[in-house]
Amino acid sequence: MEINFTHHQSAHCENGVVSNLMKHNGYNVSEPMVFGIGSGLLFCYIPFLKVNHAPALTYRAMPGFIFKRFAKRVGIKIKREKFKSSQNAKTRLDENLNKNNPVGLQVGVYNLVYFPDEYRFHFNAHNLVVYGKKEDTYLISDPVMETVTTLTEKELEKVRFAKGAFAPKGHMYYPIDFPKELTIEKAIIKGIKQTCRDMLAPVPVVGVKGIRFVASLIRKWPKKKGTKVANHYLGQVVRMQEEIGTGGGGFRYIYAAFLQEAGKLLKNDKLTELSVEMTLIGDSWRDFALDASRIYKNRSAKEDAYNNIALQLETIANREEIFFKKLRKAI
Amino acid sequence: MKENEVPQDKGSLESSNFKELCYAVNDKGEYTTASSSGWTPKTIALNNAIQEINERVEEAKIRVINNETSPIEYYMELHKMDIGILASYVGLWQWRVKRHLKPKVFCKLSQKMLQKYADVFEITIDQLNRIEHGN
Repeated sequence: MEINFTHHQSAHCENGVVSNLMKHNGYNVSEPMVFGIGSGLLFCYIPFLKVNHAPALTYRAMPGFIFKRFAKRVGIKIKREKFKSSQNAKTRLDENLNKNNPVGLQVGVYNLVYFPDEYRFHFNAHNLVVYGKKEDTYLISDPVMETVTTLTEKELEKVRFAKGAFAPKGHMYYPIDFPKELTIEKAIIKGIKQTCRDMLAPVPVVGVKGIRFVASLIRKWPKKKGTKVANHYLGQVVRMQEEIGTGGGGFRYIYAAFLQEAGKLLKNDKLTELSVEMTLIGDSWRDFALDASRIYKNRSAKEDAYNNIALQLETIANREEIFFKKLRKAI
Repeated sequence: MKENEVPQDKGSLESSNFKELCYAVNDKGEYTTASSSGWTPKTIALNNAIQEINERVEEAKIRVINNETSPIEYYMELHKMDIGILASYVGLWQWRVKRHLKPKVFCKLSQKMLQKYADVFEITIDQLNRIEHGN
């Protein structure tokens, strides 16, 4: 069977799945709206954890949090299921499809066959929608792909039961109950408040302080770790920022798009102004990535160059601090 | 980022005809979406990461040939895994997987245990014992 489901491409998987599921249920909620209300924007350096043998940092909220917060704030109910046995997971999925209910799934990227080979790392917090089944092939709407795609039963089972950090364990979710009207305005304010709180948190590795923390680490890398490792680490920072879920620059643009939309909805001109400022900060993040890439492209490690980009990062931190203080006052 | 500034560099994605969605500002200052075929800084970072992995695989291969480690380590690197990920795939404690990387211990592994590793790497036990497979 095939459910009549419209696929929209999005910049980030989780927002995209939520936005697509909401649109399917007759609520026109854009991707930036989901991202903003769910307080998706974040910066966090994760000490003690290594990804691909390099330090881990994240530019977004924990996987699953965006949808959770979004649902709570606009007043919809979601059902989540995790499974121990792959057989049960498959049965429940088929039941839902038979009931004409498209579901969101959390999957691992490594065995996702339609992804380009270079993109297949052990990353377990990708999201997609299953909207039908033909014989033993599932119809898949993956929000980061331009068009819909398919996976066989076996392939889908593999990605649903990927192992490692954030193992999805067959995680399946779908909205079950909608209010008469979504409480979008209130939700926007709650979402903005939380993002401001997170970004200005008095914790050394989170938010604005986290950016400064990473800047200070970058300064130390060439001396402490040697050229090769320092370059590898820096490459990882950029990949986390621009690739694994569009991170830094990309997320700033999505957030700016959210502020613009929110400004119109709440008739608050300040938000519209701040949207412009966020766009400029996003540009700075991209400049940072560009300069960082020049360092690891040449495979050299002049301390100068490292100090230089660390300084750039600190400037961004200062600007974001001012920005989020203004944003807190604007609502 | 302006709409006309959305990068259209040759990316690693181009071969697979894969385009990303970006948010950008149009002439009127309104946000809109645009497709991007890739961005050089990203491509370099990704290529470096892949090169890093290939180097690790080669090193592991040499160590296997010199009998310093077991083929499990080679296949682990080939599949972009680390000990933690591999341990959760085979369903063992990390220290046991680490132990299995010793050639002496590896020789004595039971068929059942070898099959577990072979299943994870999607090869036969015979291929697990030799390392030329997978290049």
